[in-house]
Amino acid sequence: MAEVINDIKRSENLVYAKTKVLTDNVMHYCPGCSHGVVHKVLAEVIDEMGIQEVTLGVAPVGCAVLIYNYIDIDWQEAAHGRAPALATAMKRLRPDRYVFTYQGDGDLAAIGTAETIHACNRGENIVIIFINNGIYGMTGGQMAPTTLEGMKTATCPYGREPSHDGNPLKITELLAQLPGTAYVTRQSVHTAAAVRKTKKAIRKAFEKQKENKGTSVVEIVSTCNSGWKLTPVEANKWMEENMFPFYPLGDMKDE
Amino acid sequence: MAKMIGSIEVDTEKCKGCSLCVVACPTDVIALSDKVNGKGYNYAYMSNPEACTGCTNCALVCPDSCITVYRQKVEVV
Ligand code: SF4
Ligand code: SF4
Repeated sequence: MAEVINDIKRSENLVYAKTKVLTDNVMHYCPGCSHGVVHKVLAEVIDEMGIQEVTLGVAPVGCAVLIYNYIDIDWQEAAHGRAPALATAMKRLRPDRYVFTYQGDGDLAAIGTAETIHACNRGENIVIIFINNGIYGMTGGQMAPTTLEGMKTATCPYGREPSHDGNPLKITELLAQLPGTAYVTRQSVHTAAAVRKTKKAIRKAFEKQKENKGTSVVEIVSTCNSGWKLTPVEANKWMEENMFPFYPLGDMKDE
Repeated sequence: MAKMIGSIEVDTEKCKGCSLCVVACPTDVIALSDKVNGKGYNYAYMSNPEACTGCTNCALVCPDSCITVYRQKVEVV
């Protein structure tokens, strides 16, 4: 049996390998971080659509600030929260390119709220990939707009208390209300089935851009196991039990 | 009868030992090694290779794209 198993490792039997749109650089993310999975899925969509040469990404400030080292396309780096404004300019100047932003919850839903809402309200023909892990990962696990009620972070060590800290913001639901958005969905990457669905969602968002439909927002509820102080496997479980009830998965808008 | 058999190749130097592939495998093929790689991580390996069906679940969930999957149909008697 051992010989058979080794023998099948031949190119004609290959069913899954890393896409060439991902570089060979080792990602700086913590073990088990959702960012790596989302990067991979995004790179696979770009690969499968054959748009590597005509896709422009906007990198955020946050853990994914170095995304340009990992996905082999042309990038711009935005100031914190300004990715949708930069993407607006890029798409208007180069309507022949696919333009997307990749942003975390601190970037998109705190400092960049205005840029996000107005780009979506104008219906800019861009894709927004939104990673929501309910925390500021890069700066050490502080409370974010999306931090759940009762969730402990470095700046709300006894748990988020809405009377003092405000309520968690469902910004994706808000964006779905705006006339400029064409496709708004919330996905995750904690299981193989979820990864497949996220890939379909990202593909659909890029197809909408091709059809000039307006803004697409793909939120991915993600883990920050270091910030949450859990193992990667525990973090996925915690996300299912705590994040999904408040941030339910599924399409919010598809026009 | 025909049966799918699979096999995976782990890039052990890139693996960060996160265990996400271990729990994603429906047939319990993968475990973390007692040995560590250059970065000190216990890397993933096929501890139960006979059980692999080549379903690709492990490769899909791996954040560091460390896993390559092969699959072949074989006749079993
Ligand atoms: S390909 Fe499927 S069966 Fe084989 S190790 Fe990976 S998850 Fe397990
Ligand atoms: S999912 Fe990837 S990085 Fe994590 S243990 Fe498995 S092979 Fe290693």
